[in-house]
Amino acid sequence: MGDNLISVNNVSVNFDYQENFISKKQKIHAVNNINIKIKKGSFFGLVGESGSGKTTLGRAILGANKISSGNVIFHDDERDYDLTNMNKQDLKEYRKKAQLIFQDPYAALSPRMTVRDIIAEPLEVMKITNSRQETDERVRDIAAKCRLNIEHLRRFPHAFSGGQRQRISIARALVSNPKFIVADESVAALDVSIQADILNLLKQLQTELNLTYLFISHDLSVVAHVCDVVAVMYLGHIVEMGPSRELFKNPKHSYTKALLSSIPSIDPEKRSEAIELKGEIPSALNPPPGCVFRTRCPNPGLDCKGGEITMGLTEVEPGHWVDQCCVL
Amino acid sequence: MSHLLEVKNLDVKFDTDEGRITAVENISLSVDQGEVLGIVGESGSGKSVTAKSIMKLNPGNTSYNEDAEIILDNENVLQFTSKQDLKKIRGGKVSMIFQEPMASFAPAIKIGAQMVEQLLIHKNINKDEAKSISINMLKRVGIADAEKRFNQYAFELSGGMRQRAMIAMALSTMPKLLLADEPTTALDVTIQAQVINLIKDIIKEYQMGVIFITHDLGVIAQVADHVAVMYLGSVVEKGPVNEILKNPKHPYTKGLLQALPDINNLDAPLSPIPGNIPSPLDRPTGCVFRTRCPHHNPEGKDGKIEMKLIEVEPGHWVDQCGIQCGQNG
Ligand SMILES: Nc1ncnc2c1ncn2[C@@H]1O[C@H](COP(=O)(O)OP(=O)(O)OP(=O)(O)O)[C@@H](O)[C@H]1O
Ligand SMILES: Nc1ncnc2c1ncn2[C@@H]1O[C@H](COP(=O)(O)OP(=O)(O)OP(=O)(O)O)[C@@H](O)[C@H]1O
Ligand code: SF4
Ligand code: SF4
Ligand SMILES: [Mg+2]
Ligand SMILES: [Mg+2]
Repeated sequence: MGDNLISVNNVSVNFDYQENFISKKQKIHAVNNINIKIKKGSFFGLVGESGSGKTTLGRAILGANKISSGNVIFHDDERDYDLTNMNKQDLKEYRKKAQLIFQDPYAALSPRMTVRDIIAEPLEVMKITNSRQETDERVRDIAAKCRLNIEHLRRFPHAFSGGQRQRISIARALVSNPKFIVADESVAALDVSIQADILNLLKQLQTELNLTYLFISHDLSVVAHVCDVVAVMYLGHIVEMGPSRELFKNPKHSYTKALLSSIPSIDPEKRSEAIELKGEIPSALNPPPGCVFRTRCPNPGLDCKGGEITMGLTEVEPGHWVDQCCVL
Repeated sequence: MSHLLEVKNLDVKFDTDEGRITAVENISLSVDQGEVLGIVGESGSGKSVTAKSIMKLNPGNTSYNEDAEIILDNENVLQFTSKQDLKKIRGGKVSMIFQEPMASFAPAIKIGAQMVEQLLIHKNINKDEAKSISINMLKRVGIADAEKRFNQYAFELSGGMRQRAMIAMALSTMPKLLLADEPTTALDVTIQAQVINLIKDIIKEYQMGVIFITHDLGVIAQVADHVAVMYLGSVVEKGPVNEILKNPKHPYTKGLLQALPDINNLDAPLSPIPGNIPSPLDRPTGCVFRTRCPHHNPEGKDGKIEMKLIEVEPGHWVDQCGIQCGQNG
């Protein structure tokens, strides 16, 4: 509340796994007991291992994934929305305020709609504009901002390159002027120049419209540049979280350290000094007890209690939280 | 010795409602056995279209120029029309890792069944063998519980798992040529390093040739032997990876390197290459980069010059207008 836009309280998301009709159901523990607060107007970064639950958490915050336990509250100006407890009308309102930019644009863009119609759809569905002319104006305006060629709006998505399709989904998410955006690997398919351009656009909209982002990305240099707060996920848990500069300068958790050390250098002669992660990659179907990173941790401390501890964050510096297992 | 793959003077055009679009113009490239050719460049510059041409996967509205050649293993792929021939290049001698993983898995068929089917078409093995090869590959790309993931649908995997499953599928047939189109964009850097090492091991082991398309210059530095830089359908510079990254000559290559966010200097602003990307319907005459080049000079030669690569150092080729940038810019 106050300056927070989103509160995620003890949220877990599980999926069922069943080998075939007769075998017994198992659970995929995609997201485990997560607590985060996202400040209004912030650029909140979410990084971490592939498969650790980032997309699932983002979708849960948007009400696009069921929440198995815990709750998510969206603090709007006048009122709070509890995502675990919303009626149809509320959900409709919420959809205007919160938008997703998908990880995989191929799956997200309908092949039978023109790009103009894809971008205009949120405006039309939510009845935000009053005339076709107004809709067209907004579509053209946002398309140009996303560096799309306006002459191409009549084309179908298959005629665009991967990066162009990604910009189409960004334009679609931004066109309705939402307050909150989950951007899932939204600049991953863009060359560094257009990427810089789009990031500058997102930043500019953040200040102009007081937009708030949950920015999911594997590109740590990008995250370091645009995000003010960063959370690091591993196997369904947040293992570390803090102001982005502090976290990049002074990582505490062994997983964060390994991750930061693995950023590939553009100097071909510089063989990477990456901390290599050996050991078995644990499974979300059957997570190890205690510290979830212990099967691969390269440097268990002398006092590491990996096996016995329960996962949970402790504040080591103001705003900098680390999983307690790694803190002595 | 002849190259594993040689692309000569390739143009690719698309017929659309708005007219004929030139997506690729006059590209020549080669890849040897055991070699990785990296392709970098602007979004929409024709990287994927070039790769798809090698498997003849571009859609019906595509036309290639008559004098173009794509020679793979001494045969011109562009002449292939029979099913039998096409099968050789689609999953046989050539495998492709597609830019968008959802595009290459059928939504209603389990991942494992698709991997097995692909192996049965191209290899002389039985179902059990195909299953064990597939599961083994899934393990090698770092997928935990591979036996179980084998039984899931694409939508049940995370983005990065899908991408790794696709890499596993492409590698499992052990093609002579691998076309990897942005294969690691959905992977965190530790898994990315593991997958890159795997691809490198397999290249060595099987002497595979690879075209590796990526916009991640760090990844290029780690995997590529040679690099081609594309802008608006043309290769503007190519050469050994060291030369291109440390001694770039063309203003577009330089701009790209400058746009890279520097993790050691967070106060530096992100600096895109300014200007609007021209429409492919309306390609600039002469030097394709001139509408955005900081050294462009209306009185210079760049509007009149023909795009053509010239060797400036052994193996390092730059567009001829690019070389003269110093003088005419
Ligand atoms: N089927 C098609 N019909 C018309 N135009 C097409 C078609 N396929 C691709 N194009 C156009 O061809 C150009 C090159 O596309 P391509 O997919 O090769 O780009 P790319 O270099 O791979 O870009 P990215 O990095 O964004 O993936 C683009 O301008 C695209 O819009
Ligand atoms: N619809 C679904 N059905 C079953 N399992 C799912 C579903 N969606 C996600 N999962 C599982 O939840 C876990 C977390 O997946 P998620 O997509 O959130 O990971 P991620 O952190 O976004 O990874 P990536 O970086 O690879 O995109 C994975 O084990 C995945 O297989
Ligand atoms: S608790 Fe031990 S095993 Fe877990 S991350 Fe910390 S040091 Fe490593
Ligand atoms: S020829 Fe002129 S416009 Fe083209 S790259 Fe060189 S300086 Fe720039
Ligand atoms: Mg994801
Ligand atoms: Mg592409």
